[in-house]
Amino acid sequence: MISFEVNGERREVHASPWKRLLDVLREELRLTGTKEGCGEGECGACTVLLDAEPVNSCLVAVGQCADRAVTTVEGLATGDVLHAVQRALVTCGGAQCGICTPGIAVCASHVVDRGLITGVPDVEARLVVRELLAGNICRCTGYQLIVDAVITAARETEAAR
Amino acid sequence: MVNQPRANAVGTSLPRVDGVAKVTGRAAYLDDYDLTGVLIGQTVRSTVAYGVLEAIERDPAFDWSDIVVVTAADITGKNVVLLIEDDQPALVPIGGRVMHVDEAIALVAAPTRARAIAAAAAVKPKIRALPPVLTMAAALAADTKLYGETNVYKEFLIRKGHATDAELEAAIASADELIEGTYDTSAQEQMYIEPQAMQAEWRDGRCHIVGSMQCPFYVHKAMKALLACGPDDVIIAQSVTGGGFGGKEEYPSMLAAHVALLARRAGKPVRIVYDREEDIAATTKRHPARVHHRLAVNAKGEPVAIDVDVLMDGGAYLTLSPVVLSRGVLHAAGPYRCPVTRIRGRVVATNHPPHGAFRGFGAPQTTFAYERQIQKLARSRFEDPLALRSRLALRSGDTTATNQLLGASVGTDEVIGAIERVAGPRPARSGTRETPSGTIGVRRGRGVAFYFHGAGFTGSGEQRLAGRCTVAAMPGGQFEVRSSSTDIGQGAITIFVQLAAQALGVDPSLITVVDPQTDKVPDSGPTVASRTAMVVGGLVERAAREVRERMAAGEPLPVVTKQYEPPPGIEWDDATYTGSAYPVYGWAACLVDISVDLDSLEVQVDRCVHAVDVGKAINPVIVKGQIEGGTLQALGWALLENIVYKDGRVANASMTNCIVPTFADAPEIETVIVEVPYPFGPSGAKGVGEIPMDGPAAAVANAVEDALGCAFDSIPILPEVVAASRPKWSKL
Repeated sequence: MISFEVNGERREVHASPWKRLLDVLREELRLTGTKEGCGEGECGACTVLLDAEPVNSCLVAVGQCADRAVTTVEGLATGDVLHAVQRALVTCGGAQCGICTPGIAVCASHVVDRGLITGVPDVEARLVVRELLAGNICRCTGYQLIVDAVITAARETEAAR
Repeated sequence: MVNQPRANAVGTSLPRVDGVAKVTGRAAYLDDYDLTGVLIGQTVRSTVAYGVLEAIERDPAFDWSDIVVVTAADITGKNVVLLIEDDQPALVPIGGRVMHVDEAIALVAAPTRARAIAAAAAVKPKIRALPPVLTMAAALAADTKLYGETNVYKEFLIRKGHATDAELEAAIASADELIEGTYDTSAQEQMYIEPQAMQAEWRDGRCHIVGSMQCPFYVHKAMKALLACGPDDVIIAQSVTGGGFGGKEEYPSMLAAHVALLARRAGKPVRIVYDREEDIAATTKRHPARVHHRLAVNAKGEPVAIDVDVLMDGGAYLTLSPVVLSRGVLHAAGPYRCPVTRIRGRVVATNHPPHGAFRGFGAPQTTFAYERQIQKLARSRFEDPLALRSRLALRSGDTTATNQLLGASVGTDEVIGAIERVAGPRPARSGTRETPSGTIGVRRGRGVAFYFHGAGFTGSGEQRLAGRCTVAAMPGGQFEVRSSSTDIGQGAITIFVQLAAQALGVDPSLITVVDPQTDKVPDSGPTVASRTAMVVGGLVERAAREVRERMAAGEPLPVVTKQYEPPPGIEWDDATYTGSAYPVYGWAACLVDISVDLDSLEVQVDRCVHAVDVGKAINPVIVKGQIEGGTLQALGWALLENIVYKDGRVANASMTNCIVPTFADAPEIETVIVEVPYPFGPSGAKGVGEIPMDGPAAAVANAVEDALGCAFDSIPILPEVVAASRPKWSKL
């Protein structure tokens, strides 16, 4: 049995410690917001936070998560109140087909919540966002509107602090 | 009911109606559906490119007790994946020809994925291998006959301003200058991030299929033939679809066939979700093409004759190749005035996996050729490349290569003007760039391209399709839009909501677009060809207007279905390929500044400006997303995306080495939305989906030529290609 925290709740799963975290989330915990795009850590659709750091859940064995905290896309919103990056992805047009969106929302929430572009001027911040999100592939948007959304969310969050 | 006209529904960036579901992870794609009681299917595939299937053996040591196996012998109807022609089987029959690597031979289903994979490995096709046809030249030599006597799936010849080849040659001979070149473009993977996915279940004697797809009624048509059943016996529903770009136009019918056969045999629901490697290896890609182009001009640089020869590799089955070639040849002369034009096109059979639909649909290949040609003309004349294009470009009152007289909505001056206004000075040819690892030397260049793209089906295609759409008033002041057009991320349902809200004069929140399912929505035609907003959106608008009128006249809950009617003046001759090839065209111009890293020889796009005439942006943010997404796919095709075939097999079937641009590879894209209204489109809109894919690749090649002083006539322009060109670089 492996015990870990998922989106703030203690969860216990009976699974091989070698089982991919991705499969445990999707199959055992029915948290299907986390997507599989390639299964080899290239596309980032399965990105979750492990102890507040983004990881590809297809490359993490669930045994590695024992007594640690996992945040999935389902854990970003507070009740019906969307996370700032989720709001901005909707309003800025940063989601199209949506399959990469959960991974991008999770990774971008890390950028915003950690304040990784706080105080960085927009032109430079856009480059930083591009580097930090380079592990998440989106085939629909050309990335422009996603970068817009992350900057928008970060500025909103800064202003609210 | 709120019956105040909301004049602001169209033209505003209403947040996409499926946005919240997508950013929260609540949107359910097929693989997110509950798996309880569902078997997992796997496909047994060919390992050779060409041969004869002699037997299908099963490993006797394997435990088959919980495994369902299906072969061609289980097919009750016709063993075809019906599309244009019935040459492609759903499963290769014993004694039949294996036509490509990764062709489906048998199917298995099991309670778990692990068991299904093991079972698939325990099925052993015995194939007598034959020498395959792996090049277009070998296909044309036709020593091995894959299709008919000639291996040519389809051939076109379009003549304008001359009757014989001799007249054409005379026109070329009379010219002051001849620009001639051969242009090669490679296969390209759509790389939607949700792989192909489909599930079937037989209930009440009917086959219910749900999955990731662009065209539910294409699947419906194919299943009726395969299952030998009536139209009501098979029901196709679209699940939330994680990207398509053409890759889910025809291929989903293959998956549907497979899950339907397995589910019938198993008596249980069966799901197939491809893994990434299988998806890249087995499914369709953009046609590789070779285009030979002769551009003959007078002393002023004006074309007097254009001769284009287009050759495409269709792969092992005909699939959509004739239509891809059609769109390719119809755009091959480019958006330039020319009195004498000959366009020839052939698409041939090889033993590559079938090539198919991908955004642009043949036009990107021919656009690359003609925009390289115009660039060479500009260089030869020492003329500003954008000014030259402006001087030669088609405008209202001109005729195209098919003798189509252009009427309204020709955005030539607007898109070229938009680029001129923001272009600024060209970057210095030689310089340095700061990188995290230090200062590197670079050569810089600028390239432009100008192009057009026909919106909607070719010629009389829309009339043949006769697409329909329904708008229904519902109790409680709500309205439904019923259409088979799918939202694959491009925003179709949001656009429909806006058009319906505007026409009904109600708030967008009162409109629901019904999820496409073949027994609940009329056939609106396929979700392809930059036609959904323009053609089906037009039906939404017309139907909604009539609902409003009938409600105003006192009818409580009118339900109105509209069918496509061609705009006036559309005449097309399919025999000679002359007339109105498309009801209207989108127009676009692109500028890129690039730098070539003199250490790594990588080409980086430093700046990209794209001006696109869309008629009317129903939702500017969604339009911007279409333009930018298409632009980056084109930049990727130009510089880094590559399918490597080895002995007919995709050698790089993984996202590790079959790469697409990341956030870090992508430039900031400056989008200029140009609106030259199309009088017969909804609120003036015309197509936008494909045109952004057409031109940026040529702009990049033109820019690399500008930087290094030598021609780049094939893509992708990989670092090794740049390295090989080094002896030809100009001195600074």
